[in-house]
Amino acid sequence: MNLLEMKHIRKSFDGLEVIRDISLEVKKGEILSVIGPSGSGKSTLLRCAVMLETIDAGEISYLGERAAWVQDGVYHTVKGEKARQVRSNFGLVFQNFNLFPHFSVLQNIMDAPVKNQKRPKGEVYEEAKELLRKMGLSDKEDAYPYQLSGGQAQRVAIARALALNPKILFFDEPTSALDPELTGEVLRVIRSLADLHIAMVIVTHEMNFAREISDEIIFMDKGVVALQGTPDEVFEAEHGRMREFLGKLKH
Amino acid sequence: MAESRAEPKGTGAALLHRMEDNMSFSVMLQQMGAGMLKSMNIFFLTLLLSLPLGLVVSFGRMAKNRVIRTLVKFYISVMRGTPLMLQLLVWYFGPYYLFSMNIGGNYRFIAIIIGFSVNYAAYFAEIYRSGIESMPAGQYEAAKLLGYGKAATFFRIILPQVIKRILPAVTNEVITLVKDTSLSFALAYAEMFTIAKQIAASQTSFVPFFVAAVFYYVFNFIVAIVMEMVEKKLSYYR
Ligand SMILES: Nc1ncnc2c1ncn2[C@@H]1O[C@H](COP(=O)(O)OP(=O)(O)O)[C@@H](O)[C@H]1O
Ligand SMILES: [Mg+2]
Repeated sequence: MNLLEMKHIRKSFDGLEVIRDISLEVKKGEILSVIGPSGSGKSTLLRCAVMLETIDAGEISYLGERAAWVQDGVYHTVKGEKARQVRSNFGLVFQNFNLFPHFSVLQNIMDAPVKNQKRPKGEVYEEAKELLRKMGLSDKEDAYPYQLSGGQAQRVAIARALALNPKILFFDEPTSALDPELTGEVLRVIRSLADLHIAMVIVTHEMNFAREISDEIIFMDKGVVALQGTPDEVFEAEHGRMREFLGKLKH
Repeated sequence: MAESRAEPKGTGAALLHRMEDNMSFSVMLQQMGAGMLKSMNIFFLTLLLSLPLGLVVSFGRMAKNRVIRTLVKFYISVMRGTPLMLQLLVWYFGPYYLFSMNIGGNYRFIAIIIGFSVNYAAYFAEIYRSGIESMPAGQYEAAKLLGYGKAATFFRIILPQVIKRILPAVTNEVITLVKDTSLSFALAYAEMFTIAKQIAASQTSFVPFFVAAVFYYVFNFIVAIVMEMVEKKLSYYR
């Protein structure tokens, strides 16, 4: 069974169609990268998948359970306990982190598992410490977000998402807000997650990273999937828009 | 007063009169002290009621429902667009003129508290609203993704940050409130300012006004210190 299934998704903003009939699947533990020019709809696709945006057409399911769908032009989404359960499948790492500034690093990571998943504090604490160790941030437990570099903040945001034990983690350009010398530490952490067998959908402009880490790559252009395949297939393809896109990134 | 001074010294009646008239400083302070307590009563009760009420009003001001939103907007504009003294008079005399209700002595205080709270709630509501609307959408989105419900998102994630942001504006209002309590003289309620005026008139003395000025100044000085402490307490993050 597919972990995530998006079928014939459409999404418009004030009459402008940003996602035009996109379908995709992600299996357990699979890593999918989404690349493409700015404005092609990558963020919107991710935001639809995590239900931050409604969809105008199509259907989104997690583990075969419908999460959001459109029937006879009406948008539906799961409610109540079911919604809780569906949402617990996924996490999102934002481009600009969105850490809670009034919480310490440890609180940022522990608050949701304790308050929302009602897990025992001691157990969550041990797990949070372990996560911070993996992120190389053991000495930052009691720091507040304003005291962190961008790279550290993003690693905390990743730890915060992981603390809820999602089966799939979405990344929206996780290194785009960082100084170039800080992207490496974040990409290294994301790479290390591959061992955890968490599925990942990563929107990124780091082509080498995408090529090396991904099981599959989607090249989006103007709201459609222009190209899809293994990293080699996509990067070697004689596809006009793709070559143009790669050329622009190089300079 | 003038007559009593014109009377010849020495007669027993006149002496008695003078002792009554020239109240000692300690008696004056005692009376003003009672007024001071009433001023502080108005101040604290108004804050206690208007701070939470303002939050509720700000929700109404930002409501999705247009009728609610418009009504609340109108209420806020009336509260801010008319003199508070006039509002106090309306709260006090309104029930009598409008519904021929009997207004007992106790109602004077109730009218003052209602008038102040409902007025200050309007100002606080606009401050809350500006704070809430200044919060980046990303905070709501992160909270949603982490499984916080609507109430938890607001009270655990948003409100603490809003309070930090609006603290300077709230401090301004609180300081104004200290001084505004003196408007209760319009209903002849025996708080600090009303008493100061009465004593000053009966004693032809400037001293009560001076004492009142010191009281308001010191009260606000303390308010400023307390608010600064709160601000400091919240400065552990940015
Ligand atoms: N909330 C929104 N309201 C209106 N237009 C939007 C909104 N979000 C995105 N768009 C538009 O949708 C298009 C795709 O945006 P986005 O998904 O952010 O692209 P990408 O992430 O690939 O750069 C852009 O033209 C953008 O202006
Ligand atoms: Mg984007």
